[in-house]
Amino acid sequence: MTIPRRDPRRERIARNRCHPEHDVVLTEQEHDGASAAEWTGPNGLRRRDPRQVGFIGPNGIKRIDRSGAQQSATLGTRATRTTAAAATKRHVEIESPAFMVAVVPDMAGGRLSSHDRDLLGLARQLADADGNSPGAVLAIVMGPHKESQWGDAGVDRLMAFEDSAFDGYSPEARLAALEAVEREMAPRYWLLPDASTGGADLGRRLAARLGERPATGVWSIEPTSGTSTGWQCTARGGAGSLDIQRPLARIVLAVEECAEPVDETRHAARPLALSQPLPRLLGRIDDQGRVPVDPAGIALAEAEFILSAGNGVKDWEGFHHAARVLGATEGASRVVVDDGFMARDRQVGATGTWVTARVYVAVGISGAIQHLQGIQRCDKVVAINKDPDCDMIKRADLSVIGDAGDILSALVARVEQEREEQRDAA
Amino acid sequence: MPHEPITTLPLTVAVLLSVGRHPVTGRARRADQDARGLELALSMAAARIELVHAGPFDDACEVSMRGYLGMSAGHAGSGADSVTLVDQPSQADVVPALCRTLSESLAPQLVIAGERAEQGEGSGMLPYQLSESLGWPLVGGIVAVEGVEEGVATLLQALPRGQRRRLSVRLPVIVMVNATAMAPRQSAFGPARRGTLAVVEQPAVHDAAQDEWRVQPARKRPKRLKIVKATSARERFKAAAAKSDGGGGQIMKDVSPDEAAAAIHKLLKEEDVLR
Ligand SMILES: Cc1cc2nc3c(=O)[nH]c(=O)nc-3n(C[C@H](O)[C@H](O)[C@H](O)COP(=O)(O)OP(=O)(O)OC[C@H]3O[C@@H](n4cnc5c(N)ncnc54)[C@H](O)[C@@H]3O)c2cc1C
Repeated sequence: MTIPRRDPRRERIARNRCHPEHDVVLTEQEHDGASAAEWTGPNGLRRRDPRQVGFIGPNGIKRIDRSGAQQSATLGTRATRTTAAAATKRHVEIESPAFMVAVVPDMAGGRLSSHDRDLLGLARQLADADGNSPGAVLAIVMGPHKESQWGDAGVDRLMAFEDSAFDGYSPEARLAALEAVEREMAPRYWLLPDASTGGADLGRRLAARLGERPATGVWSIEPTSGTSTGWQCTARGGAGSLDIQRPLARIVLAVEECAEPVDETRHAARPLALSQPLPRLLGRIDDQGRVPVDPAGIALAEAEFILSAGNGVKDWEGFHHAARVLGATEGASRVVVDDGFMARDRQVGATGTWVTARVYVAVGISGAIQHLQGIQRCDKVVAINKDPDCDMIKRADLSVIGDAGDILSALVARVEQEREEQRDAA
Repeated sequence: MPHEPITTLPLTVAVLLSVGRHPVTGRARRADQDARGLELALSMAAARIELVHAGPFDDACEVSMRGYLGMSAGHAGSGADSVTLVDQPSQADVVPALCRTLSESLAPQLVIAGERAEQGEGSGMLPYQLSESLGWPLVGGIVAVEGVEEGVATLLQALPRGQRRRLSVRLPVIVMVNATAMAPRQSAFGPARRGTLAVVEQPAVHDAAQDEWRVQPARKRPKRLKIVKATSARERFKAAAAKSDGGGGQIMKDVSPDEAAAAIHKLLKEEDVLR
C-alpha cells in the first residue's frame, strides 16, 4: 500500500486565495484528480472552496448551477457535460421468447404514430408480465416504411413485408400475410390499433377469419386471477356510452392512450422472416386509385398537408396559387384572419383550429405560443421566415430563412416543372 | 368489340338496420350510420331495397324501425316501405339468423351495413362475420355507390383526412357506410305509420360470452399525465417550464430562394403529400 504523501505547502497555497501561485496549484490539483473546489484537508476532512464553484454568467454575475451539470467548471477549465439521458436506456434482448405478442401498427405516413407506440407499450405489458418467461413483441409491417426507431418503441422482432401487393387498398393481401404469420408463429396475442387508418378494419377481418371474438375499443388492461388468460380489459362499447369489463381476448383492438409508450428500455428489433413466401392470391377488390378532392373543402382539423399564412405573406394571389399547385389546405394565423385576408374557419391555433397535419408549412408566421399550441400534433413543420430567431424556427423540422414570396414562387415553379416533365415522359 | 347497351339487372340491395340510441337522451331512434346506409340505397336508382333487422321485437325496435320506414316517401314500390324483422331474443348472436335470412330468402347482391352499432357491445364485427360466413367480399368506409355494371360495383371510399378512393368490387358484396356518407333525409310521419313490419322466425343462438361481462355506463377516461422522468431539479424545472426547444430542426440560412425551394420540395416528396 502506498502511503499518501501530503505537501503542506501546496495545501496552504490552495487555501490562500491571495497567494501568487494559488491558481497554478489549483490547476495542478485538478490534474491530479482532485477538483479545485473540493479537496481533502490536513485532517482528512473534505474542504470546499465556495468561491471556486460556479461560473461567471453573461452579465458578469456569478452563477452556481446546482444540477451537477457544471460542477467542475472553474474559471479556467471547461465544464465536462455529462450526456446521461441517451446512454442510460437499458438494452433488452430476448433470446428465446416463451411466446409472441404480434402487433400490427398502422404506420400512417410510414412511421409509428403515437397510437402505434401506445399499442407497443400495451404489448410490452403483456409480454413482460412474467419475468421468468418473457414473451417477445413482434411488429408486422406491410409495405414500405420510414421508421428507424423500432427498438426504442419496444419491438423485439420485426417482420417487414416488402411487396407491391400491399400498395393501396389491399385488405385481402394483408389478411393473407397475417394468416401466414398465424400459421407459422401462432402468437399468443394479436394487437391492432382500433383506428380508421387501417387497424380497425384489418383487426376485425383477422378476427372473423380466425373465428376469434376480439376485444374492441380496449382502453386499459389489468392482470387478474379470474380469467384463463390472467388478464381482463376495459373496453368502450355502445358507441362510446358503455364500459365493458371482460376477459382479455386473443385479438385486441385498442384505442389511443391504451398504455404508456415504451420509454426506458431499448429492444433488439431483430429482423424476422417467414420461412415461406406469401402465396399469390386473386383479390376481388380492385383499387382504382385516389380520387382528387378539393383540398379547400377538407376541414382544417383533418387536413393532411397545410400551407399556412402569417403576417409575413404580402402576395396573397401568389399564396393561394401556391396552395392550389401544391394541393395543400390553406391555414392562417390569427393576425391574418383579423386583418380579413382569410376566413375565420382557416385560423390555426389556440382560439382557432387544432390541426393534425402530417406536414405543416408555416409561411411568415412568427410562432406565437397561441399558434404553436394549435400545431402541437403536426408531424413535420416547415418554416419559411425572414427572421432566423423567431419561435417558429425552434419548432420547425426544416426552416428556410428568406422572403416568403420568393421562396413560394420558386417552389411553385419547381413543382410545376416536375409535373411538366412527368407529363412529357408519360 | 362493338358496344352493347349495358343491361342493368334488377339489383337487390339489403340494408341492415339496428336500433339506435340518442347520445344525449338515450332514447331509441334510427341509428345514424344505418340511416346513412338507407339513404345510400335510396340514392341508387332502379334498385329493389330489402330492409332487415334482427333482434327482439319490442317498443324500442318498433320506434326505430318506423324511423327508417319514414324515409321511404316517394319510394313506395322499391321495398323501402317494409322491414323484414328477424325475431331474436335479446342477447342472442344474430349472425347465424341474419346469414340464413340473407342467403336463403332475400338473396341480395349488395348488402349495406353501418360500421358500429349504437347499443350493446358495438364491436362492429357483424359485417365481418357475415362476410366470412357468406364468403362475400367486404369493403368499409363507403360514401357512395357510383354504379353497378355487369356484376361489378364501383364504390367511393372515404379515407382518413378527407381523402377519397375509388374501388371496384365483384358482386355480391357487403359494404359498410362511413360517417361522412350523405346525411340521411328526415323521417316523415305518414310513411312511417304506413310502413309494414314483417316478422320472420329463425332459430336463436344464445351469446354465452356476454354473461361474464360487467357492463356499466362509460366512465370518463383518466387524462394522460405528462410524466417527467428527471434526475435533477434542473431537468424538472426545464420540463415544467418547457417551451418547445429546438429539437434539432435543420435551418438553412443565406440560401437562394431556389435552394430553399429545393429543400422544401424534397421534404414534401419524402412525406408523400404532393399529388
Ligand atoms: C388570447 C389570444 C389568443 C390568440 N389565439 C391565436 C390563435 O389561435 N392563432 C394564432 O395564430 N394567433 C393567436 N393569437 C395571436 C398571437 O399571439 C400572435 O399575435 C399571432 O399568432 C402572430 O401572427 P403572425 O405570426 O402571423 O404575425 P407576426 O407575429 O407579425 O409574424 C410575422 C412573421 O413573418 C415574418 N415575415 C415578415 N415578412 C416576411 C417575408 N417577406 N418573408 C418571410 N417572412 C416574413 C416575420 O419575420 C415574422 O416572424 C392569440 C393572441 C391572444 C392574445
